Amino acid sequence: MRIVIVRRISQVFFLVLLLWFCLVMTVGEEWWQLRGWPVGLLLDLDPLVAVATLLSTKTLYAGLAWSLVTIIVTLLFGRIFCGWVCPFGTLHQFFGWLGQLGRGHRARVEANRYRRAQVVKYFILLAFLGMAAWPFKGASALQIGLLDPIPFVHRSVNLALLPSVEFLTGRSLASAQRHYSGAWLIGLLFIGTLLANFYIPRFYCRILCPLGALLGLISRFSLWRIAMTAPRCTSCSLCETACEGACDPADKIRISECLMCFNCLDDVCKKKFLAYRVRESDAGEIKLPPDLGRRGVLASLATSVLAVPLLRLEGTLGTNRKPNLVRPPGSLAEEEFLERCIKCGQCMRVCPTNVLMPAGLDAGVEALWTPVLNFRIGTSGCQVNCVACGHVCPTAAIRPLSIEEKRGVGRFAERGPIRIGTAFVDHGRCLPWAMDTPCIVCEENCPTAPKAIYVREEYRPVRGGNLVVRSIDGKNLIVSGARLAPRAYATGDYFVQPAGGGTRLRIMANTVDALTVDRPVPAEALSEGTRVTIVVRLQKPYVDPDLCIGCGICEHECPVSGLRAIRVTAENESRNSSSALRLSQM
Amino acid sequence: MGVKPETDLQEKKKTDLSRRRFLLRVAETAALALGAGFAYYWAYDPKGPQSLSRRAAELEKLGTWSFPDMPAAMAVVRGEKRQQAVEAALEALGGVGKFIKRGDRVLLKVNAAFATPPELGATTHPELVEALVSLCLRAGAAEVFVADNPINNAESCMRISGIGAAAERAGARVLLPRADAFRPFTLPDAQLIRRWPVFFDPLERATKVIGVAPVKHHNRSGASMTMKNWYGLLGGRRNVFHQDINTIVTELARMIRPTLVVLDGTFVMMRNGPTGGSLSDLEKRDTLIVSTDQLAADSFGASLLGKSVDDLPYLHMAEQAGVGTTNYRALEFHELGSQSS
Repeated sequence: MRIVIVRRISQVFFLVLLLWFCLVMTVGEEWWQLRGWPVGLLLDLDPLVAVATLLSTKTLYAGLAWSLVTIIVTLLFGRIFCGWVCPFGTLHQFFGWLGQLGRGHRARVEANRYRRAQVVKYFILLAFLGMAAWPFKGASALQIGLLDPIPFVHRSVNLALLPSVEFLTGRSLASAQRHYSGAWLIGLLFIGTLLANFYIPRFYCRILCPLGALLGLISRFSLWRIAMTAPRCTSCSLCETACEGACDPADKIRISECLMCFNCLDDVCKKKFLAYRVRESDAGEIKLPPDLGRRGVLASLATSVLAVPLLRLEGTLGTNRKPNLVRPPGSLAEEEFLERCIKCGQCMRVCPTNVLMPAGLDAGVEALWTPVLNFRIGTSGCQVNCVACGHVCPTAAIRPLSIEEKRGVGRFAERGPIRIGTAFVDHGRCLPWAMDTPCIVCEENCPTAPKAIYVREEYRPVRGGNLVVRSIDGKNLIVSGARLAPRAYATGDYFVQPAGGGTRLRIMANTVDALTVDRPVPAEALSEGTRVTIVVRLQKPYVDPDLCIGCGICEHECPVSGLRAIRVTAENESRNSSSALRLSQM
Repeated sequence: MGVKPETDLQEKKKTDLSRRRFLLRVAETAALALGAGFAYYWAYDPKGPQSLSRRAAELEKLGTWSFPDMPAAMAVVRGEKRQQAVEAALEALGGVGKFIKRGDRVLLKVNAAFATPPELGATTHPELVEALVSLCLRAGAAEVFVADNPINNAESCMRISGIGAAAERAGARVLLPRADAFRPFTLPDAQLIRRWPVFFDPLERATKVIGVAPVKHHNRSGASMTMKNWYGLLGGRRNVFHQDINTIVTELARMIRPTLVVLDGTFVMMRNGPTGGSLSDLEKRDTLIVSTDQLAADSFGASLLGKSVDDLPYLHMAEQAGVGTTNYRALEFHELGSQSS
């Protein structure tokens, strides 16, 4: 079989694999849903994730060790990952091919010539790695996820592509349509990078991709490489019509740019001037872009040195910490979290309730697209018996918890449950607190045992409920003093009692001037001429900060539909002792 | 780029206005003007919107799944094995075949509100689901489906409560509350259930409806039993109804006239309900009720929580609304002793 056919099969395989892994991250009973699939495999194979988190945390987390395979393959065979594996690269190749359809020989050669801009990706790589490596005030800034193609494509598929397709077709994988705040930007950038291929094929790979740059730096040492078998060829430039890497195969080959697409070997070179071999090209090689000199490297690193303090000027890691930045359970302390999170969106896709969102810019530039809880979106807050997010996190920005540890039971009983925030009742909006209206939906839904939300009962006189008894007949009272709205007090929550207090009788029915109570009126309780008051039984919700875990089910369920009357903010979260409310929790 | 002379000539020719061309141009202009006129006329709305929302309510009718001519009956069985208890209770009521006929499509409305394991008693017990599904299928039901619109995430609830697996093991299908499964419904003479989205899909399919609920403490309403269980058929921002919990429970009981209800008091959630979350919230009562009258079942169930009928206003309100009777002893009433294998 021709080598490019094998390459295409490999590319399609890994693209389908990516889509498959994103698709199966859906909770449910179907066989294709969440059944131990290695959904993070492609992220684990990404050496840039491994190297960048190694620089920022000085450790190499679990599955990231798989990326050694990629490094070794690159050392042996060159940038096979770019040309054969990377699903984002496959998409770019496909769109680049579309863009070249119907173009003539000269246009194709022009599209695939080497451009000086291809050095930019090395600067991006160095700047990002510099930021990751430099522990400014004790915390480095991992921003590699913005442009690393594997997190980029996962984020795009997880948060923009799949949900859009579900929305468009009306067929969601879960029972409810998934929503992600700010997903439009993620999707737009995805589309933008794909359309850029009409301008220059593989625009992203050649010019922007920091992973490509890293593999390019490695591939200059690779054992096998594309090489000319003679110092000069006929310069027919046929090989350049389909060169994915724009690496000048017919000249001094730019070995770091070669994507191992093998298009140039594929029967194109009629005279067989090109070969894949260990010996370097007879025409000579250009190992690295000439612009990547000492000056370029220093400029990139200097940029990263300036960028980190610049990103942090907002002070979101300090006093300007955003209270609604509620992180998923198991998230490390914010600085350590940001040293690990690569914004891949895996946690947001797997979250069964769709409560995890990509953060926008309000949580700080550094936190863009990192996971944050939005209790208004999704089916029901953060589920008490769920730890899915930490188990798909490729970098342990969210630690993989056991249910036991999350709930604080068994051997974790002493430390207690993981708290992600605390609920606060807004007394100005809460129906029982502010509007004499019974409710306590929050208390009902509070999932902790004992409940963190508890109620205090109050019998509160209602507005316009001061009456005088005119006559009594068994269960019926005729009253005056106010016109009562018919049936308004017939809900079982209203009582009538003497104005100064005393026996309360439950109202079962009312007309404009008569009340029916649930038992014959005791003679000693009320008599004709008694001043009475209608009172409503209210249960006012309170939150016990020692028990509240911040799951936000209360906020999700609160019937005050706009700005909820009970809301969770990040106070008291387990990962940050300085957010404690009470001394006992510090 | 220079213009070639012949193109110049052609251009000139084109711009020459012959009669034929003139008429064509006039016709073209007139057709476009007329077309625009018609389009404007068709779309013209001199009054503007007459209401704040275009969304008109589609009103749907709900059936009755009870046997109005059959005298109401209730069986209370003591025993710790749910499967045997429910079988014995149905036997006492005349056998499951009296209620489920060949070819019936049966909806089991479970309480799957929370994503908690069955041991915590916040949801219908999977053993009971499995037993009921098997009984219905053995009685000749063509299809049994299990449904609820839970509070927590639906898939998680079905999975963690064990209800999904139990239903499928016994041969039933789980119907999830997808957005397109709801339709607005108005209950006649209702104050609350008006143009409200109801989980219509399972109700529409069903020829028989069985409600299956555990006995649970519920701070707002006092108790969550078979009548309150229909809350899980509502969609939308249904929590607003907690403002008038007794009325909504009464209206729900009026909305659904079930074939049977099964009230499970094997373990009763005495406090911290309706979520529970701790085994210490449960007390063993070893009691299971099967009834054709949901109000009678709940009236009996109140006693398992140590409450009287007077403590739960919705029981009296439902009685007044004609749902059934609180005086369950007036029914054909069976009380069976301990069922052991």
